Amino acid sequence: MTSAWITALRAIILREFLRFLGQRGRFVSALVRPLVWLLVFAAGFRAALGLSIIPPYQTYITYETYIVPGLCGMICLFNGMQSSLSLVYDREMGSMRLLLTAPLPRWWLLTAKLVAGSLISVLQCLAFLAIAAAFGISMNISGYLFAIPAIFAAALMLGALGLLLSSQIRQLENFAGVMNFVIFPMFFLSSALYPLWKMQEASLLLYRICAANPFSHAVELIRFALYGQMNWLALAVTLGALVVFGAGAVWGYDPGRGQTARKA
Amino acid sequence: MHDGGLQVEGIGHRWGAKQALDGVGFDLAPGAFCALLGPNGAGKSTLFGILTRLFTPQTGRVVVAGHDLSRAPLKALSRIGVVFQQSTLDLDQTVRRNLLYFAALHGISGREADRRAMAALDRLGMAERAAEKVAALNGGHRRRMEIARALIHRPSVLLLDEPTVGLDAAARRAITDHVHDLAATEGLTVLWATHLTDEVRPADRLVILHRGRVLADGTAAAIGGDDLTATFLSMTAATTDAKA
Repeated sequence: MTSAWITALRAIILREFLRFLGQRGRFVSALVRPLVWLLVFAAGFRAALGLSIIPPYQTYITYETYIVPGLCGMICLFNGMQSSLSLVYDREMGSMRLLLTAPLPRWWLLTAKLVAGSLISVLQCLAFLAIAAAFGISMNISGYLFAIPAIFAAALMLGALGLLLSSQIRQLENFAGVMNFVIFPMFFLSSALYPLWKMQEASLLLYRICAANPFSHAVELIRFALYGQMNWLALAVTLGALVVFGAGAVWGYDPGRGQTARKA
Repeated sequence: MHDGGLQVEGIGHRWGAKQALDGVGFDLAPGAFCALLGPNGAGKSTLFGILTRLFTPQTGRVVVAGHDLSRAPLKALSRIGVVFQQSTLDLDQTVRRNLLYFAALHGISGREADRRAMAALDRLGMAERAAEKVAALNGGHRRRMEIARALIHRPSVLLLDEPTVGLDAAARRAITDHVHDLAATEGLTVLWATHLTDEVRPADRLVILHRGRVLADGTAAAIGGDDLTATFLSMTAATTDAKA
């Protein structure tokens, strides 16, 4: 890895941060969505959804406490998809072209873009956790520290999925389908809002889908990390999915294959 | 073959059933200003996509300053400066910040990046606008800025894809003059895609592209005589009629 690679990585991260700071609306909307779930949805469903003691919890917890890791995952999921939406826009409007014509390996440019977007997700999640703490849903300091790399890993995996999708989507208009066919199924067919044993009681098939969903594992990775524990299976699945999605994205953006070869 | 120039050899590319480019080739010496003239749909943007390695051609090859674009893509890309048809500027950032971002993508950072950014802006008469946000600039200045940006890494070849689209007559003239001067004074090889004949000077190298094929290749004076517009229209109309 040369200094030119690091220089480019720093510049891409800095640009992403500057864009993030300049788009306060994006920051606010990224926080409002999970806060509505936490403060409204969770309050309404608290009585309906009884929770038993399951790892990593060692005592009964409130429903609000249960869904906090899932809502961190939601932030990463929406941010990853929003990043890919902006990539489709950038590719159509030009600024992605500027990036792709830089004299650096394309996989490195995509990695830099992915790392930059994931760091933004971590910031958004920390802001969300701070607000949740202000409403009485807090963890130990060590839990927050452990959660940072877990959130980063989850954001990388979901961002890589977004990159892969952006490489396959021809036009911005097609992105609405991503909402219906990727974001919602991924979020609802996961352990974000209800523990999987609850889903198993309802339907074995749905349970198996939820258990195979990499988003479930990303959420569990964050959940365990918030309590200072490591869920090795969740880590393995999250990193495995990151490798698969990342490789697919690199393939999709290869000049000889994928979307860039199909459409100027 | 010239080490500092641009060689395009037998490029063929198909989008589905449509043959977008068919055996396109030309050879530009260092310092040449070449206008790539063609009507809308001639294949200019497809060719630019290939020259900038957004995608690879199905046949043929491109050599930039002695580097084969498919075999040594990073070396070849490092010698190319590009001005895309659509703006690739970050409107919310300052002129200087946009230039530094681009410099970093080419591995240039710190004081050297700052020095080159200011020198590039100065050359295009925009040094005093460095601290302004791009959104505050008019279309002509944004284009000048994109040209300044494309020169920061000191490329051998400058590619411009219809750079005057949407500009008024004065801005068009200023930018056309600037780029001609760059080719003449700095030995920069320029490929200027356009569909406007008044941007071509008699001494310029001219390649006429139509329906993915090179219809003519030579100096503008030799091809167009006294009236390039009429020649261009008759050539492209004749081909269209023959196909119809």
